[in-house]
Amino acid sequence: MNLIHKNKIKSFSKYFLVALILINYSCETGETQTITTLDKLVWEDNFNRISATDSLPDATKWMYNTGTGVNGWGNNELQNYTDRPENVTLVNGMLEITAKQESFMGAGYTSGRILTKGLFQNKYGRYEARIKLPWGQGIWPAFWLLGDDANATVTWPQIGEIDIMENRGQQPATVHGSVHGPGYSAGEAITKSYTLENDRFDSDFHIFGIEWGPKYINFYVDNVLYNQITPADVTGDWVFDSNEFYIIMNLAVGGSFAGNPNSQTVFPQTMYVDYVRVYQ
Amino acid sequence: MKTNKYNYLKIIFFFGLILITVTSCERERTEGTEFATLGTNPEVYIDGFSGGLEYYPYADSQQEAFSVDTETKYSGTSSMRFDVPNVGDARGAYAGAIFRDDNGGRDLSGYDALTFWAKATKAAKLNDIGFGQDFGENKFEVSKKGLQLSTNWVKYIIPIPNASVLNQEQGMFWYAEGPEGEEVIVNGDTFTTNPVGYTFWIDELKYEKLGTLGQKRPFIKNGEDASGVAFVGEKLSIDGVGVTFNMPNGTDDSFNISPNYFNFLSSDASVATATGAEVNLISGGSTTITAELGGDVAQGSFEVNSTDVAPIPTNLAADVISIFSDSYTNEPVDYFNGYWAPFQTTQGQDDIDVNGNKIIKYTQLNFVGTEFQGSKTIDASLMTHFHLDVLIESTLKPGDFLTVKLQDLGADNVFGGGNDRAGEIRFTASSSIPLVNGSWVSIDVPLSSFISLSTRANLAQLVYVTDATVTSIFVDNIYFYKQ
Repeated sequence: MNLIHKNKIKSFSKYFLVALILINYSCETGETQTITTLDKLVWEDNFNRISATDSLPDATKWMYNTGTGVNGWGNNELQNYTDRPENVTLVNGMLEITAKQESFMGAGYTSGRILTKGLFQNKYGRYEARIKLPWGQGIWPAFWLLGDDANATVTWPQIGEIDIMENRGQQPATVHGSVHGPGYSAGEAITKSYTLENDRFDSDFHIFGIEWGPKYINFYVDNVLYNQITPADVTGDWVFDSNEFYIIMNLAVGGSFAGNPNSQTVFPQTMYVDYVRVYQ
Repeated sequence: MKTNKYNYLKIIFFFGLILITVTSCERERTEGTEFATLGTNPEVYIDGFSGGLEYYPYADSQQEAFSVDTETKYSGTSSMRFDVPNVGDARGAYAGAIFRDDNGGRDLSGYDALTFWAKATKAAKLNDIGFGQDFGENKFEVSKKGLQLSTNWVKYIIPIPNASVLNQEQGMFWYAEGPEGEEVIVNGDTFTTNPVGYTFWIDELKYEKLGTLGQKRPFIKNGEDASGVAFVGEKLSIDGVGVTFNMPNGTDDSFNISPNYFNFLSSDASVATATGAEVNLISGGSTTITAELGGDVAQGSFEVNSTDVAPIPTNLAADVISIFSDSYTNEPVDYFNGYWAPFQTTQGQDDIDVNGNKIIKYTQLNFVGTEFQGSKTIDASLMTHFHLDVLIESTLKPGDFLTVKLQDLGADNVFGGGNDRAGEIRFTASSSIPLVNGSWVSIDVPLSSFISLSTRANLAQLVYVTDATVTSIFVDNIYFYKQ
C-alpha cells in the first residue's frame, strides 16, 4: 500500500484518474498525499487454524452473534446465524462464512456473523480485510464496525456504525462504504459506492479498508481511495471521535439492503476472508 | 495490395502496443519480443466490415436479408440491418448467415466476450446468435438461443466459454432467425400464431475483454444426471451442453456451446474411452461420462449402458422390401419423422450412425410417423411378414405400450376416398412379443395380424404410438418379407 496522491481532492473521478496515473507511472515517486498512513500493526487475524482439527475462529479474538435477532437483525434478514462449522469455519488459512439454504429453527437459511465485541475494541486506526465476496440476488456480505453500547445504555444509531464494505450480491462489481449515526442512519446513512472497472468482487480477493482518525474516515478498495467522510458530510452529530468500536464480519441473506434471494440465487454462498488487520 | 496494407497496419499497431506497455518503466524489452502470427483485431462490424471479413448467408435462407443501414444505427455512420422474411417468402423462409474471417482467422484468446448493440422493429426472440460457425468444423460454436430483442438499443454480451482455445478462429459471428409470431397458451401448450417477418439491427459488433463476467458454470445433459443406451462402436454424442455465466448486471444467462470446449471423462475406460471431446464406446457395460471445461467441472453426467447394435437380419434380400436397414436396399421415404403439428412431441429420426450402421432414435415420444406417399407407396401384397427391431431406452413402467400401425391408401393411392385401410398391433411387457427394457426386441409378425389392414398394395405410413408411456426408443431393420 502506501500509495501516494497528488492532491487532497474528494471527487471520485479525480481520485480514479490519479490512481490510473499511479499505475502507469508507478516507478515515479515524490508526490504528496497517501491513501494509507498508519502502518503499526496492532491487531490481526490471518485465520490460520490453531490446530489441524480445530476449524473454529480464535475464541480470544471472535465471538458469535447467533439466531435471527429482532426483526431479522433490524433489516428483515432471512437467515439464522449459527456457530456451527457449516456456517463459520477456517479452511486453508481463510475464514469461510457460508450461507446455506436449509430449514433451521424456523428460518429458511443459515449463515454466520462473528465479532470482536469485548475482545478487541478501538478508536481510530486503519482497518482492512482481504475478502473474496459471494454473489447472487439477495446475498449481503459485510465487513463493518459498530460502536460500543456501554452495556446497552447507549443505543444505535447513537453508538455509531462504520460500514467498511457492504455488497449486494446482484451487483458483483459494486461495494458500498457508509457511516450511520444520529440523524443519518439506515436509509439515510452517509454512503458512497465504488465500482470496479473490468473486474468483479466475486472473481478474486480485494482489499477493503478505512483509515479513521480525528474528524475523518477515508474509504479505500485495493489502491483506490474513493471517499472521505468528515463531520461536514454528516447530517447529525459526529459520533466517531469518542466511542470504541469493534469489528463484525457477516454474510446476510435477504433483507432490506439487498432484497431477497430469487430462483437464480445459487446456494451455498461463501465469503472468503484472508485476513483482517488493524494498524495505528 | 489491400491485404498487404492491412498487415502493415497491424504490425504498426502491434509495435504501438509494445511501446505503450514498455514506456512506463523499462525500455529494453523490445529485442526479445515475439510477433503474433495472427491478427487480434477485435472488431467485426463497427461502421463496415473489418478487414478479412466475408458474409455468407445459409444456402436456403433469404439471401438479401442483410444490408448496411446508414439511417438506423447505434453509433458512427452505419449498422448491420437484417430483414427477417415473412412465412412462405419464395426467396427463403428465414434469415441466417455466418460472417467469417477469410484471412485465416484471428487470435481471440485475449478476449472474453462478443458484444454488440441491437434493436428490432418489435419485441422478438432471436433464434440463434453467436460465433464459431465457419462452414467447416464449426469447432468452437457458441450461440445464445432466444435472445430477447426490444425496440430500444440494448447492449448484448455473448461470453467466450474458454478463450485459450480460440487462437485461430474464423467464425466471427453468426445468426439464424425466422418469422416471429405471438405466443399463445392453450390448455398448457404454447403455440405460436401468425408469424411474420420483422427487422433488427446490430451495431458495434466486436470482441472485448470485459472482466465483468463471473461464476462460469459449464454443464452437460442440461445439468442433470441422465442415463441412456448407446452402442458399442458408437462415437457418443453428448447433448444438452452449455455454460451459464453470471453477467455483469448480476443475472445468470446460459449459452449453447460446442462439446469441443469440453474434456470428457469416462469412469470405466474399458467400456468407453474419452479423449478431449471425443467419447467412443468400445465394449458392452456401463460407464458414467462427466466433463470439465477449462478446469471447471461441468454440472450433469451421463450414465451410458453400452450394448450391441441390433442383430443383422438373415432374410434373403430377394424376399425383402426394406424401409430402413443397412442390410438391404431401402425404398425411398418422405421422412422418418413428420413432426406432425401441433400435438406431436417426438424428436429425432435416423440420427445415429455406428460405423455405417444407421439407427433411428426417437425421444419425447408420444407418436411419430414414417411416410412414403405417391410414387413411394409400397406394394407389400406379396409379402407375408413385417419385421422391426426396437430397443426401449426409457424405463419400462406398468401400463407402458408401443403401438405399431400400418396405413394403406387403397387403389386410389391417396389419403381418403373411402378405401384407406389401417391395422395396428399393440405391444406391452406382457404381449406375445413382450417389450423389455434396454435390449433389442425383434418384432416378427405376420401381416395378417394387423387386423383391418385388408389391402397392402399402397402402404404409405408406418406410425408408432405410445401416448408418452414409452418416451425413448431406438428402431432399426424395418422391412417386409415373405416366407
